[in-house]
Amino acid sequence: MIAYSARRLLQMIPLLFGISIVLFAVIQAAPGGPEGALLESGRFIDPAVIEAYRERLGVDQPVYIQYLRWLSAALSGDLGTSFSTTRPVAEMIVERLPATLELMGAAFLFAAVVAILLGIFSAVRQYSWFDHLGTGLSFIGIAMPVFWFALILQLVFGVMLGWLPIAGTQTVGASSLGDHLLHLVLPTVVLSFNYIAGWSRYLRSSLLGVLRADYIRTARAKGLPESRVIGVHALRNALIPLLSIIALNLSSLFSGAVITETVFAWPGIGRLFVQAMFARDYPLLMGILMLGSLMVIVFNLVADLLYGALDPRIRYD
Amino acid sequence: MTDTHTTRYRGNELSIWPQLRRHRLAVASIVVVSILSLACFAAPLIAPYEFDAIDLGSIRQPPSFEHWMGTDDLGRDLFTRVLFGGRISILIGILAALFGTALGTLIGAVGGFYGGRIDNVLMRFTDVAYSIPTLPLLIILSSYTQATGTSMALIIGLLSWMATARVVRGEVLSIKEMLYVEAARSLGASNLRIITRQVLPNALGPIVVGATLAVGYAIILESSLSFLGLGVQPPVPTWGNLLMDAQSTMASKPWLTIFPGVAILLVVLSVNFIGDGLQDALDPSARQR
Repeated sequence: MIAYSARRLLQMIPLLFGISIVLFAVIQAAPGGPEGALLESGRFIDPAVIEAYRERLGVDQPVYIQYLRWLSAALSGDLGTSFSTTRPVAEMIVERLPATLELMGAAFLFAAVVAILLGIFSAVRQYSWFDHLGTGLSFIGIAMPVFWFALILQLVFGVMLGWLPIAGTQTVGASSLGDHLLHLVLPTVVLSFNYIAGWSRYLRSSLLGVLRADYIRTARAKGLPESRVIGVHALRNALIPLLSIIALNLSSLFSGAVITETVFAWPGIGRLFVQAMFARDYPLLMGILMLGSLMVIVFNLVADLLYGALDPRIRYD
Repeated sequence: MTDTHTTRYRGNELSIWPQLRRHRLAVASIVVVSILSLACFAAPLIAPYEFDAIDLGSIRQPPSFEHWMGTDDLGRDLFTRVLFGGRISILIGILAALFGTALGTLIGAVGGFYGGRIDNVLMRFTDVAYSIPTLPLLIILSSYTQATGTSMALIIGLLSWMATARVVRGEVLSIKEMLYVEAARSLGASNLRIITRQVLPNALGPIVVGATLAVGYAIILESSLSFLGLGVQPPVPTWGNLLMDAQSTMASKPWLTIFPGVAILLVVLSVNFIGDGLQDALDPSARQR
């Protein structure tokens, strides 16, 4: 197990290396270069100024030289300087990270708790109206564009009912912890909805499978109360496959955060990414996407390791 | 050789329908998707107005008998625009799914069939593509071009082949050990012939299921990109850019937000049900139920 983990960790290095090449090439392929953002303003700008601008940013060099520069700096922990703010990219990312992590953490907790409860009830009352409702809602949850769901929630709870704030992290001039938590509600629900749909269905079918096992019949025959049979004996085994599915799914949190943060004006990494994209801020884009890719790889690794660690029948060597 | 094999494969194909028919939701979904697609593609014939017909006399009207889904800021009929928008959104979904599936099948089949170094290179490349968050990369790529329906379909397809490649590779790895492949080889069939006539038809099940689900995924991606202003540009309507337009006036004219979203939801939901039904019909272990 330790040898396997170490090998997987080592494999991340060439993978990250490959990702950085692809990302760099894609970002550099932008037609018009970083000065395009200046030119799009429509004003006339002296070509000599543009040339000086390109030279200062270092984008006048051939792409492979730019990449090698980026790589050698990145290896020593320097992600470069943002084109649009001239601040260090790492600093800008670290500044936005807490908001994103808070949103992701809240969404993860909410999704896990709700999905596990839904999954248990649907499995225990299989084919009841509650179970059918859960199945229906999950299918809808998976088929809905995230941003549209966000708009509808804003419409209902923000505009029509006026219960919840629909943008930002706090009310200007009246910020408190409670106020901040209210701002967190809608983005959290939106970001977690897809996961609730998937995970609760998964736990349901996993539980239904476990409930047919012999050791459950044994537990019931011993006269254990049903709550203990389900809550302890069945749930523990049904949760194992769900955990690695959860870890695997979490790798898509970053993509979800881009949309959610944009709709709710949440000042995190996802929104920073959209701003960097419109400003053609190459180093910032590169930094954010490398971080996003790292998240995907780490969660995939965690999913694999959890799978082996929790199920003694699986051996890695 | 070819004949006996083709017959066997046809037999497989025929056996899907009785299985699929039992999945009532899938059948209902096929009906829903067919009706919606027909209505959208026949939009020029059945739509009550022109998609860009501006009528300043009837702007911002809520749904009524003249305008079933209401009108927008320029008095354009939303029902008409949802029909025309669906034409492009559904087409993008289908094209992207076909392109992504073809690419994934090619990469997975070549990797799985030839093995060795080719497989290694292709699968490491798949790992790299799999690890980059899809939506942000999609956002960057689509900001490079003035988006058209075709370019959107190509870009979305280009970024959604990885799962297919892995599944097809797995299938091919097991199929190529089958006796009928060995039989074909001993009869002197070329690699290309074995891949296209023996291996791929037998891996068709998961490929078809994946492609079906990819249609819905692509429609959602299109709408997300359009929502960020990176999709097909107005005045040509798509479900995504109708929603983008609606966002700023959502509070006063909610119908502009609700109807295009419901259209997306209906189509994607139905496509997913069809994919589900196909999966059950093609998966022997699910047949006992």
